[in-house]
Amino acid sequence: MTSLSPARLQVMWNRLLAVVEEQGQTLIRAAFSPIVRECGDISAGIFDAEGRMLAQAVTGTPGHINTMAAAVMHLRERFPVQDMKPGDIYMTNDPWLASGHLNDFLLMMPAFHRGKVVGFTACTSHLVDLGGLGMGPEGSDIYDEGLLIPPCKLVDRGELNGLLMDIVRANSREPIANEGDIYALIACCEAGVKRLTGMMEEFGLDDLDELGRYIIDTSRRGTLAAIAEVPPGTYRNMLRMDGYEAELELHAALTVTGTGMHVDFTGTSGCSRKGINVPLNYATAYTVFALRCIVGPDIPNNAGSLEPFTVDGPPGCILNAQRPVPVAMRHTLGQVTPDLVLGCLHQALPDKVPAEGASCMFDLPMRHAPEVAARGGRAFAIEPVHNGGTGARPHADGLSATAYPSGVYGSQVEITESVAPVTIWRRELRPDSGGAGRYRGGLGQRIEMTSANDAPFLVFLSVERLKFPALGRAGGLPGAPGRIRIAGRQGDIPGKGELRVEPGDRLIFETPGGGGFGPPGERDPRALALDLERGLVTEDGAGPYRAAP
Amino acid sequence: MTPTPALRLAVDIGGTFTDTVLVEGTANILASTKTLTTHGNPAEGAMEGVQRVLAQSGRRAEQVAGFIHGTTLATNALIERRGAHVVTVTTEGFRDILEIAYERRYAQYDINLEKPDLLVPRERALTIRERMSSEGEVLIPLDDAAIDRLAAEIETSRAEAVAICLLHAYANPAHERRLRDALSDRCPGLKLSISSEVSPEAREFDRLCTTVANAYIQPLMQGYLTRFAQSFRDAGVACPILMMTAGGGMCSIDSAKRFPVRLVESGPAGGAILAARIAAQAGLEQVVSFDMGGTTAKLCLIDRARPQTARQFEIARAARFIKGSGMPVRIPVIEMIEIGAGGGSIAAVDRLGRLTVGPRSAGSEPGPVAFGRGGSEPTVTDSDIALGYIQPDRFAEGFIRIARDAAEKALTKAIGGGLAICGTEAADGVSRIVDENMASAGRMHAVESGKDLGARTMIAFGGNGPLHATRVARAAGVNRIVIPPNPGVGSAVGFLFAPVSFEVIRSRYSLLDRLDLDAVNAVFAAMIEEAAAVVAQGSGGAATLTRRSAFMRYHGQGHEIEIGLPDRPLTVDDIEPLRTAFEEEYRRQFSRPVPGMQIEILNWAVRVATPDLPAPRLPDTAQGRPATPAEHRPIICDLDGRTVQAGLYLRENLSPGDRIDGPALITEPQTTTLISADFSAEVDGIGNLILTRTAMGAVQ
Repeated sequence: MTSLSPARLQVMWNRLLAVVEEQGQTLIRAAFSPIVRECGDISAGIFDAEGRMLAQAVTGTPGHINTMAAAVMHLRERFPVQDMKPGDIYMTNDPWLASGHLNDFLLMMPAFHRGKVVGFTACTSHLVDLGGLGMGPEGSDIYDEGLLIPPCKLVDRGELNGLLMDIVRANSREPIANEGDIYALIACCEAGVKRLTGMMEEFGLDDLDELGRYIIDTSRRGTLAAIAEVPPGTYRNMLRMDGYEAELELHAALTVTGTGMHVDFTGTSGCSRKGINVPLNYATAYTVFALRCIVGPDIPNNAGSLEPFTVDGPPGCILNAQRPVPVAMRHTLGQVTPDLVLGCLHQALPDKVPAEGASCMFDLPMRHAPEVAARGGRAFAIEPVHNGGTGARPHADGLSATAYPSGVYGSQVEITESVAPVTIWRRELRPDSGGAGRYRGGLGQRIEMTSANDAPFLVFLSVERLKFPALGRAGGLPGAPGRIRIAGRQGDIPGKGELRVEPGDRLIFETPGGGGFGPPGERDPRALALDLERGLVTEDGAGPYRAAP
Repeated sequence: MTPTPALRLAVDIGGTFTDTVLVEGTANILASTKTLTTHGNPAEGAMEGVQRVLAQSGRRAEQVAGFIHGTTLATNALIERRGAHVVTVTTEGFRDILEIAYERRYAQYDINLEKPDLLVPRERALTIRERMSSEGEVLIPLDDAAIDRLAAEIETSRAEAVAICLLHAYANPAHERRLRDALSDRCPGLKLSISSEVSPEAREFDRLCTTVANAYIQPLMQGYLTRFAQSFRDAGVACPILMMTAGGGMCSIDSAKRFPVRLVESGPAGGAILAARIAAQAGLEQVVSFDMGGTTAKLCLIDRARPQTARQFEIARAARFIKGSGMPVRIPVIEMIEIGAGGGSIAAVDRLGRLTVGPRSAGSEPGPVAFGRGGSEPTVTDSDIALGYIQPDRFAEGFIRIARDAAEKALTKAIGGGLAICGTEAADGVSRIVDENMASAGRMHAVESGKDLGARTMIAFGGNGPLHATRVARAAGVNRIVIPPNPGVGSAVGFLFAPVSFEVIRSRYSLLDRLDLDAVNAVFAAMIEEAAAVVAQGSGGAATLTRRSAFMRYHGQGHEIEIGLPDRPLTVDDIEPLRTAFEEEYRRQFSRPVPGMQIEILNWAVRVATPDLPAPRLPDTAQGRPATPAEHRPIICDLDGRTVQAGLYLRENLSPGDRIDGPALITEPQTTTLISADFSAEVDGIGNLILTRTAMGAVQ
C-alpha cells in the first residue's frame, strides 16, 4: 500500500472521530435509562485489529475513558479472532472488566472488510436494573447487587442469543427497558461497523495499520511533549472522605518521568462493607481523565494518548476493590479521585490546577414507599441529579451548582414534578457556601421538597462531603460541606443509606461548595462587592476576605 | 384586482450585505441586488436596494403588492449584547433558574471554561410568592400585597423590560397574566413578556431563557419595526410588510413586535425554503441544503419538500460552535446545523502537527490574504484561489483585486512549513479538511435526526456553496447537486415562497393509555384560536391549513418523535392508530420497536399557515447538448492534486439543456460553481445547474 499524505491521514482520523460520535448519538437516542439520556453515561469506540483503541466518543461522563480500552483487549484475547464471523457481537457486564458496576454493559463487534477482521467497534451503556437490591449501596457483596454476565457471545452471525436475553429480562425489575437498551447497544455496534467499513471502502484502505500507526504515534508524541512540561518528581496527596460505616483516607503518589505519569494509591483505606467500593478500572478512568484535563486536553483519547498514564493500587484498598465486594455506587468515591490526583499535580504545576470541588454528584434515586403501591397508591421511581460547586480555578472563580468531573445534566423541577408526586419548594444557590479565596469556590445549592400526595417515599443516598468539605488550594479556604435534614427534626441525616420521607416532612438538601484558590485577602475588592450585591456572599460570610492576611 | 401579476419585494438584511429581490407573480425575478448593510439605520441600506431594483425594472414603489422582510438585527442584538436592561420574575424559592441552568459544563476537558452569559445577572433576578402544581392547580395564591412589593422593586431596578416566568405557567397561565396586567397598570411604559405566551413548554430554564431573550430585544425591535414600516410607507409602499420568522413562515409587524424572539435566524430559514421549493419543483424526495457563506456553513435536511423543523435553537454559541455553549430559546425553527466553516475561516497547524481550519474567521476585515486588506493568515478563500477555483478576473465583478501569489505564500508559510509541503499542496489539504468537517457535521446532524445523508440531493447556494458543493458532496457520499439561479441571494429569494404561518407548542404530559381527550381537545382549541388570530393579521383573509402533532416517546426515554394528528378533535378511536404510527416511526429510526413499553406524550403542537405557493413541475429539457467553454484555465484537480485544464463558462450564457463535463468552472457575478473532474453538469428548464457524480468508487 502506498504511503498516505499527512493531510489525507488526518482527514481519515477526523472521519474516525466523526464515526464514533455518530455511534454514541445512535446509542443515546435509543436508550431508556434516565442516567444515559440525562448524563450521556455511555461510550463508543473504534479499535484496530490488535484491539488498540483508535477513537472514542466524547460523551457526558469520563467513567469509561480507558475502561473500554482494557475491556476490548480482554475480550479480544478471550475469543480467538480466527473464530469470529461477520455479525458476531460479544458482551459482558462484569464490573472488573466493563465499567465498575453491574449496570454497565459492554458490547464488542468485529469489523470485517474484504474478508478479514480489520478492527472492532465497542460501546458501553448503563442499564436501568439488574435485579438484586437495586441501585444503591446496601449490598454486602456483588451477588447482592444483581446479575453478572461473564464474557459471552450475544449475537452469533446476526442471530440474537434468545436464552441470554431471557436471562437478562428475568432478572430485572425493568425487563422491557433492559431489552430496549441492549437493542440500542447492538444498533450502536452495527452502525459503527457499517460506517467504519464504508469509510475504508471510500478511502481505498485494506486495513487500518497505517492510519492506526499515524493516530497512535501522533497522539503519543503530543502527550509525551505535554508531560515533558511537568517538572519530574513524585508528588503525594491525601483526602479524607465521609465513607459509609467509617471515615476513609484516599492516598495517591503521582510520579512524573520523561516517559509518563504513574499514580499509586498505596496507603488508601481498605474496602467498605457496603457498595461504595471502586474497581481499579473505574478509579483509573477518573484519575486519568483529571490528569488529561491539565496535560494535553486537546489530544483525543486513543491508545497513544492514554498509554503514558498508568494507575495502580494495592489489591483490596477501596480504589482497587477485589471480587466479591459490593461496587454498585462506585462513582461516589470514583468521582473524587480527580481531587485526589489534582492535589498531587498542583505541587508540580501550582498555576494550572483548580481547588477541590463538591465532585461527587448528588444523585438521588427516589421511589414510593412499599406499602403505598400495595394499597393501590401511585408507584413511581425517579433519579434526579443535582450538583454542588466546583473548585476555584487558578485564574477564575469556581462554577456554582455545576458537575465536575461528571458531565451530568441537572434535573429540571417542572419535569421532576410532572413525572413523580413530589413538590420542590426551593432550588436556589447557597450563599457563603463557596470557599473564600483570591478566586472563590462555586456555590452549592439548597433544595427543599415534600410529598405532593400525602404518601411517604424513600430516598437512596450515596453522597459525599457532608463531613469533610472540598479544600481550597494555595491559601484558599474550604467550601461549605453538604447537609441533608428534615425541617423540624433533630439532627442531620448521614450521606449513605435509605431515608424515609413521611407526608408533611420537608426534606432539605444542601450540596457542598467548592474550595477557594489563593488567600481570601487578595480577592479583588470589586469582585467581593459584586458577590455581596448579588447575595452570593453575605456580610457575615465576607469576614475571611476582610481579615488581615 | 390588478391586471398584471403582482409585484413582490424581499429584503434580507445580513451582517455585511442587504440582499433585495423583486419578483413579478410567483417566481419571475425581475431584479436582485446586494447593498452594504447600514448598521446605524438598517432601513437606509434596504431603501437603497429597493430603489435600485425598482429602477432597474422600471417599476414604482406604489405598484408593490407584497413585501417580505427578514433581518439578523434580532440575532445580532443578542450576540452583541445590545438589548434592554431586563429584570426576571420567577416563583419564590427559584431565583437562580438562569444561574443553575442544567448544572453542566459544555466542554468536558476544559477546566477554565466560563458559562454563557444569560443577560440577566442575579441582582436583577426577582421573585414573587405564588405557586402552581404541574397539573395547574394553585398551591399558593398570588396576592396584591406581593405584587405591590414587586412593583416597587422593579421601579428601583430601572428595568426597561421584564421577563416573567412562573413555575408550571404552561399548565395554568392565570398568575402570569394577572401579574402582567397588574404591573402594566403600576409601571406604564415597561415592556412585559410572559413565559406562558412566549414559550408555553415545560422546563423552567429553557422557558425563562426564551422569555428573557424576547424581553431583551423587544424595545429595540419594536422601535426598529415601527421606523422600518414608516420609512417604506413614506416612500410609497402601500402594502403591509410581513416579517420572516425562524420557523420559515411570515407574520405581521404587530405579531413580530409581540414575539421578536421568533425573528432570530430568519435569513438562513429563507435559504431552506428556497431549497424546499426547488425540491418540490424537481420532485426530489430527500434533499440536504448547503448554504456556505463567509464565516459559517449551514445544512438543513428537507424531506418531501418540507424542511426539518425543531423546537429549540441556541443563540450565540461560543467560538467553537459547541452544543450547550449558547443561550437556548424554545421557538419553532427550521432546524439547521451551523458550522464555523466559510470562505474566511482561517487555516493553521496545531502543536500536534494537525492541520486545522476555522472556526476562527478573518471575516470581511481583514479578510483573506489575497484581498490585500491586511489579512496575514491564510483562509479557505485563499486556498480556493491558490487551487485556481476562484479566477481573479471573474471575482466579484472585478470590484476586489486578488493577489494569488500572496495567497500561496501565506499557505506555504503557515501550513507548508509545519507539514513540509508546498503552497498548492497546503491549499489542497486545507480544502480537504474544511470540506470533510462540513460533511462530517452534516452526517452527524443526519444521524441525530435519524436520517441518512448519502441518498440525498444537495441544493447548494450562498457565496461559497456552489464553489465547495462537489467537494463536500463527495465526502458526504452525495452524488447529485442542484445549484439554483441567483445562488448568492438565495435566502431573499426563499422569502418569496414562505407561507404566512404561526406555530404554538404547549406542554401537557400524559401517558398515551391515560389520555384525557377532553382536556387535550380543549388545549388544541385554544392553541388553534391563538395561532389563527396571528395568521389572520398577515394573510389578508386567505384560506389556511392547520397541522396538529404530538411529541411522543417511550416512557423513560429522552428523545421525542413528532407524530402528525388528524385536523379534528381526537376521539378514543385515535389512540391505537397513534400507537401504531409511533411504533412505525420508531422502527424506521431504530430498527426495532420495544414491545409492551408504555408511550408518553409531552408536547402538543399546532401550525396554522396559508398554503404553499404552487410549485409547477419542471419542463423536460433536451438532453446533453455540450456547451462550449469561453476558454480554458489551469486548476489543481481536487481528486488527485494534479494540474488540469478546466473549461471556463459564464452562467448567463448557458441555456436549458446545456451539458458541461468536469473539470470546469462556471462563473456568475456573486459566485463560482466548481464542476470537479468526477462530476458533470446540465442546465434544467428553469436554469438550475444539475451536477451528477459520474466516476464512483475509491478516491485516491
